[in-house]
Amino acid sequence: MTREDIKIYVLDYLAGRMRCKEFVEIVTDYLEGSMPLGKTIRFHLHLGLCFGCRVYLKQIKRTIHTLGRLPQEPAPSDVREELIKRFRAWKT
Amino acid sequence: MRQMGASLSSDWDMKERMSVLRQASPVAAPDDMELIVKLRQGDEQAFASLIDCYHSSLVRLALAHVSDRSVAEEVVQESWIGVLEGLDRFEGRSSLKTWIFRIVTNKAKTRGVRESRHTTFSDLQGDTELDEPSVDPALFRTSGHWADYWAEYPQPWDEETPEKCLLTKEGTAYLEQAIQALPSKLKQIIILRDVEGLGSKEVCIMLAVSEANQRVLLHRARARVRQALEHYVQGGTRPA
Repeated sequence: MTREDIKIYVLDYLAGRMRCKEFVEIVTDYLEGSMPLGKTIRFHLHLGLCFGCRVYLKQIKRTIHTLGRLPQEPAPSDVREELIKRFRAWKT
Repeated sequence: MRQMGASLSSDWDMKERMSVLRQASPVAAPDDMELIVKLRQGDEQAFASLIDCYHSSLVRLALAHVSDRSVAEEVVQESWIGVLEGLDRFEGRSSLKTWIFRIVTNKAKTRGVRESRHTTFSDLQGDTELDEPSVDPALFRTSGHWADYWAEYPQPWDEETPEKCLLTKEGTAYLEQAIQALPSKLKQIIILRDVEGLGSKEVCIMLAVSEANQRVLLHRARARVRQALEHYVQGGTRPA
């Protein structure tokens, strides 16, 4: 066993052996700030030692970011005109 | 223990978390009230800008409740009339955006329920899968000390790819398609939360779900869209 292996083993136990399978299910709980302190600490310990989960968390964040930047399509011009016509009728 | 928790969630972590939680402002912004005054005075320009701002988003949202695009268009047009009729009653206790999205949600919901009596399109789709994992279990090891750890790490994305997907028409269509492919309930929640940036409390009230359920559904939806983006990053042209 290398030093690195031992380090991972120890951190893994400190993290209460949070498995990746558990980690990927609580990412949104974490991002929403709705996780109890103990779990948050385990989450961070796992994050620190697991490359895969760091990648996963980052990708979920980028997914959210990308979704938030979906461009607007303009309303079809006939719909737009029709609505404005209704607006005119409504205000009188 | 306390100190540790505090230092863990400060700095980089808190900042990042805040940027992810893009909460829409809970009450009407001054701009909103200005716009409302203009609308009440019959300012056509103001109404047109509102349509340009929200129409396509509202159609997307309506499509989470009804299965047909023309029905969704109809619902949104009806809702615009609802907005006009309700203008005098708008008190600014929520943002104008939230208020408009709520009107569309209510109308689309009613329409969706009516529709589901005739077709197989169902609101329950999202709920039946609450216990299923959001990530394919086959991606994890099944035995040994490292059971339930990644069998193979997810492939990192290059710095710009998923965001770049929005620069092309095909990429945008791909992402829209990935959203529309979600079960109804997941779609409703991810659109309101992540696409539109509304707050968790507002969405709970709008869709009549608990915060805990909303989190589960939102997470499920995010995991699926992430998967679709992964597919795109790897060169796919249609959501799997």
